[in-house]
Amino acid sequence: MLKLARDRTALAAVGTLSALSLAACGGGTDADQPAAEGAPTIAVTATDDSCDVATADLDAGTHRFAVTNTGSKVTEFYVYADGDRVVGEVENIAPGVARELLVQLPAGTYLAACKPGMTGDGIRSTLTVRGDSAPVAEDQALAAAGTDYQRYVQSQTGALVEQTAAFVHAVKAGDVAGAQALYPVARTYWERIEPVAESFGDLDPVIDGREGDQAEGEDFTGFHRIEQALWQTGDLAAMGPYADRLLADVQEIATRANEVQLDPLQLANGAKALLDEIATGKITGEEERYSHTDLWDFQANLDGSQNAVQALRPSLAEADPELVARIDERFAATQAELAAYRSGDGFLSYEQLTEPQLRGLSDSITALTEAVSQVAAVVAQR
Amino acid sequence: MTGAADRERPSGGLSRRRFFGLAGAGAGGVLAAGVAGGAIGRATAADAPVTDPAGATGAVPFPGPHQAGIVTPAQDRLHFVAFDVITERRDELVGMLKAWTDAARRMTAGQDAGEVGAVAGGQYAVPDDTGEALGLPPSGLTLTIGFGPTLFTTADGTDRFGLAARRPAPLAELPAFPGDALDPARSGGDLCVQACADDPQVAVHAIRNLCRLGAGTVGVRWSQLGFGRTSSTSSAQATPRNLFGFKDGTGNLKSENGAALDRFLWVGEQDPGADWLAGGSYLVTRRIRMRIEPWDTATLADQEQTIGRTKGSGAPLGQAAEFDPVDFTVTAGTQPAIPRNSHVFLAHPANAGTAILRRGYSFVDGSDGLGRLDAGLFFIAYQRDPGTGFVQVQRNLRSDAMNEYIQHTSSAVFACPPGVTGPGDWWGRALFS
Repeated sequence: MLKLARDRTALAAVGTLSALSLAACGGGTDADQPAAEGAPTIAVTATDDSCDVATADLDAGTHRFAVTNTGSKVTEFYVYADGDRVVGEVENIAPGVARELLVQLPAGTYLAACKPGMTGDGIRSTLTVRGDSAPVAEDQALAAAGTDYQRYVQSQTGALVEQTAAFVHAVKAGDVAGAQALYPVARTYWERIEPVAESFGDLDPVIDGREGDQAEGEDFTGFHRIEQALWQTGDLAAMGPYADRLLADVQEIATRANEVQLDPLQLANGAKALLDEIATGKITGEEERYSHTDLWDFQANLDGSQNAVQALRPSLAEADPELVARIDERFAATQAELAAYRSGDGFLSYEQLTEPQLRGLSDSITALTEAVSQVAAVVAQR
Repeated sequence: MTGAADRERPSGGLSRRRFFGLAGAGAGGVLAAGVAGGAIGRATAADAPVTDPAGATGAVPFPGPHQAGIVTPAQDRLHFVAFDVITERRDELVGMLKAWTDAARRMTAGQDAGEVGAVAGGQYAVPDDTGEALGLPPSGLTLTIGFGPTLFTTADGTDRFGLAARRPAPLAELPAFPGDALDPARSGGDLCVQACADDPQVAVHAIRNLCRLGAGTVGVRWSQLGFGRTSSTSSAQATPRNLFGFKDGTGNLKSENGAALDRFLWVGEQDPGADWLAGGSYLVTRRIRMRIEPWDTATLADQEQTIGRTKGSGAPLGQAAEFDPVDFTVTAGTQPAIPRNSHVFLAHPANAGTAILRRGYSFVDGSDGLGRLDAGLFFIAYQRDPGTGFVQVQRNLRSDAMNEYIQHTSSAVFACPPGVTGPGDWWGRALFS
């Protein structure tokens, strides 16, 4: 939280960087995208082991992907540009549910991916987009980074509210097992955008504060209060008011986060801040001290960081291809290492990892952070 | 042995011929309030001049036939670090060693670690120096690199970097010794860097910046701070005291010992691995915890009998002054003045049959949770071959009365290449070429 806030101050103080600031891009919902009406619709049928995209050849322009989940697992749908830069995604598609995604696609080659169980690289297929597309000017590429990332934040906040609602529902119903299963899922969406969420200094402590972090006289509330009840006592009797407040606070922070406009420098710093979150809170097992679901958070922070970097990718790739290669390599290495600790649709408990395994993850994050920390300077020079 | 040794008085009761015939290599002591004066050699005008780091603030030259930080007069402060190499890529490792060499060259000259510096870069760049040494003089900083056996072949036999065939036989894990209580987590290592300086902040700054430059290529395996030197490596230096309160390093190998250094310290042209290691030396580290509280409740007589020297002057028992020769024939009543199980007796070159250059530091790493200080000596020794150096000395210390008061808690061995020769040279060039 402090990082982002501090960076904003720094930006305001340095006039020469004002050119980096993005034009306001409004609420940025799907409906705001140009040419939404009349956009061709492409049907996508997602199951637990397939991702059937109706057509692989598209004309340049805006397209509407209608994604139907006929499988048994919650899924996600992504459209990736080069280097896994997300140009469009829709999260949290429950079994039996259909969702739409509007995305503007200049000519080029893309990948469509479904992620049943919301894990891994997903089931991918190539999309070829043909037609005229003006080369993107440098400042536009940077501006697009902010837009890309804002769309990502919005997709995450949407899922965060939905999953938190489901979690709260289970808590209030006294369903300990159900709530325990939903807890790390809801937190995934929080952790993916943590630097943005944390930039709201009044809400972050009441949603994500850990026991003992409260000022004198303040109550211990939020995710971790309920986590404590779920794993330490198994008694949810007193949790109703905490659950209600959590949902209300999450809804509020989602509304505010959707309005946040991030400039490229903030994206760069946010990407590093997410890795710092891993290094300080997840590698140490401090974040989820009762549930030990720290590796879920680890994955979410890592994904969020990767997303922020990839939003900057077109600009970075031109300015410093070697850095991009190093970042790509280290993200891939860390993702692969973390994947070794998957269990089912989730992860092993933090307590199941050995010291050498944690040391390996820590080394990977240190290496990745070193590379990602170079992004800000590159972006600032553009 | 000629030169310095010829000018020495033989140790009491033993001829020099006998003394140096014992091992064909060799003299030294481990904790060494012990090792004899006289035995290895005293400075003389004919010996190589001491490279004094211009008081406590000057710079020690970085290039040279040998790495600085070995016979360099021991500075007051230490930050030692051992690394694991975490990359599988040789080119990354080589790139880091080059970057380290550049940074070491700069930092030992009192400059920032990187060309830009701590504060001269852009507002949004990560500084290429961490800044805590801004405004501080070079402070005699030396940075000395070593390569551990696991760099060449991992514990499970993997030749990660195509170096297995380059490992000289003496670079092998040390054997187990009686009483060892080694913590594997702070033993061993693929690489090490010894940073010594007369300002602790300068030493820590150097290690920290090397760690930063190594991100993604190496990870810190363990590290150790030392706050006070426990050996002299030059006769121009006064002998310091270790945490037992005794003078330590009286009879150390010293920079003025000329031919003895070639015999006992530096790897020679005919030695294993000479193609990349000649002019280098092997480094053994042992973190030796001192059982401070039992020691502090021992009588003065007990302490002196344990060490074999007087606590005040540092004179060998039975003698008057620190540098008086150790004479094992002197008796006190019916018993030898220097007990046969004292540290001096067992570690003395006449009995250990070898010599090593000690360069250790005192440490206090907080407390142990049982109300006792976690304190002792971080033992550092350089030698031409660990087998005829430290290992030989340590084996002879099996019945050392001092063992009651110490425990070895960490162990490592490294091969330190010769110094870099010029602006284009880098740490490990000969090994990786």
